[in-house]
Amino acid sequence: MRRFLLRRLAAIPLTLVAVSALVFAATELIPGDVARAILGREASESAVRALRVQLGLDRPAATRYVDWLGGFVTGRWGDSYTLKVPVRDLVLDRLGASLLLALLAFVLLVPVAVTLGLVAGINHDRPADRVISVTGLTFGATPEFVTGVILLVVFSVKLRWLPASAQIPPDASPVEALNHLLLPALSLVILCTGYVARHVRASTVTAVESAYARAAELRGFTRAQVVRRHVLRNATVPATSALGVQLQFLLGGLVAVELLFNYPGIGALLLQSAIDKDLPTLQTTAMVLGILYMLVVLGADVVYRVLDPRVRLGVAAR
Amino acid sequence: MTTSVIAKGIVPRISRGVGGRSRVALAVGGTLILAWAVIALFWPHLAPYDPVHQDPLHRFAPPGPGHWLGTDQFGRDTLSRMLAGARPVLQVAPLATALGTLAGTVVGLVAGTFGGLVDEVVMRVLDAIVVFPTIIAAVLFVALSGRSVTAVVLVIAASFTTIVARSVRAATLVEREKAYVEAARLRGERSWSLMLREILPNVTTTVLVEATSRFGDAIFAAATLSFLGLGQPPGSPEWGASVSDNRTWLQIAPWTVLAPALAIASLVVATALVADALRSRWEAP
Repeated sequence: MRRFLLRRLAAIPLTLVAVSALVFAATELIPGDVARAILGREASESAVRALRVQLGLDRPAATRYVDWLGGFVTGRWGDSYTLKVPVRDLVLDRLGASLLLALLAFVLLVPVAVTLGLVAGINHDRPADRVISVTGLTFGATPEFVTGVILLVVFSVKLRWLPASAQIPPDASPVEALNHLLLPALSLVILCTGYVARHVRASTVTAVESAYARAAELRGFTRAQVVRRHVLRNATVPATSALGVQLQFLLGGLVAVELLFNYPGIGALLLQSAIDKDLPTLQTTAMVLGILYMLVVLGADVVYRVLDPRVRLGVAAR
Repeated sequence: MTTSVIAKGIVPRISRGVGGRSRVALAVGGTLILAWAVIALFWPHLAPYDPVHQDPLHRFAPPGPGHWLGTDQFGRDTLSRMLAGARPVLQVAPLATALGTLAGTVVGLVAGTFGGLVDEVVMRVLDAIVVFPTIIAAVLFVALSGRSVTAVVLVIAASFTTIVARSVRAATLVEREKAYVEAARLRGERSWSLMLREILPNVTTTVLVEATSRFGDAIFAAATLSFLGLGQPPGSPEWGASVSDNRTWLQIAPWTVLAPALAIASLVVATALVADALRSRWEAP
């Protein structure tokens, strides 16, 4: 376990360098002149040249890359070109908002998906299983903004139960805040439930059909006891890896959901800074999202290993 | 092995064997996809109005006899726009799927067959690329390189390359150890011919399964990019863009949003049903 952790942690800086190179290369692809893009078409040539020097864009790409990476690692993230505020405040603020939304979605996702997966697995190839499986497949294939829009029409426009915007008013009580976050969180949950439930179902079927579950049943334990004591853990542990995959989807899904519900999160910031060609904000946002994603994958792998004693103790070594 | 257990993500399928259920899914999904394909090809003959024709006297007309699915803020016919919107997504998705599957198969085959340093380098590069969820990478590249169909196709294909390459590499590693490959090697076949003539035919199932799954993902990604404003120029009847443009009017004209949203849903769900049914057929022992 320790060796595994050390290896994975050692790989992080390497991956980060690769990721940062990708981000930087992407921002180098911008057609035309960034300084020109900021100042607009009417600006004089000398003003554009002055801004280029001021932003350091006249220096070679390699120098700028090293400077930027050094700045990123030491926390000097610069100022936003368009919003004129420190990128650090902006990104951390938006990141907090997105994590709140993602956390709510995750808290809703786990019990729903695990329960559905267990029910489907225990009743496998019976009507309950078919309904759950096909519904999960359907919703999992549908983009989150499509489900989001349908939720909006039903719960916000027709029933008027929940607000259409996820923007939380500053003086909102926690319950009101939750109301604002519920629809965007639900669209993420609906996207991810099917996939996670499918994994739980598959491992439940394996566990239910296993020799140890059958033996327990033959010894006279009731179905409920067998499920609780023998199936549950064996069925849910492998699903942690599926949850890891879905957390990645959650992060990616944030972009569209935040745009749809006008939520000031990091996904919306990524999109806006990309459209505005606000390079410092864009590069930092992309890096932060990349790191977050890496940590999620690592976290899920660690949890999986902690929960599964065979992997933890290296019994099932390759 | 530092590769993540997560990254191997195997999707357990729901339908098993070649039972009646997979046949129903195949029929329903296949019909829907076929219908949208026909619409994408022939919408100019099917649409009751010109999808970009503005009719200021009939703005926000609710669904009714004149306009079956109502009109939008410019008085454009929602049904006609929905039909016309099938074309852009069905241009991008097959292209991106084909490109990504092809590139991924080549990369995976080479990495798996040759192994060693080649494999190590390829896998590390893939690991770095995978750090970006498709949509985030797409926002980065498409927004910056200027929006164009080519950019959308390339970015989706690139993200598929990594996914397909992993699966094909895994399948190649299994095949490489089998007796027929050993026999071919003893016959004196060289690595390239070994890869193309012995291993490739035996990993085609993997490639086909990947391609069908990726096709759904491509529609998903193309629709999302269009929703984010990174698809075709404003005013085009693309589904994702229509949802995004019309959501301001959600309160007074929900049909303008629901029509393209349900169009996307029907196509992705049909694709998912077909992919799942085909996977269970091809992978059935």
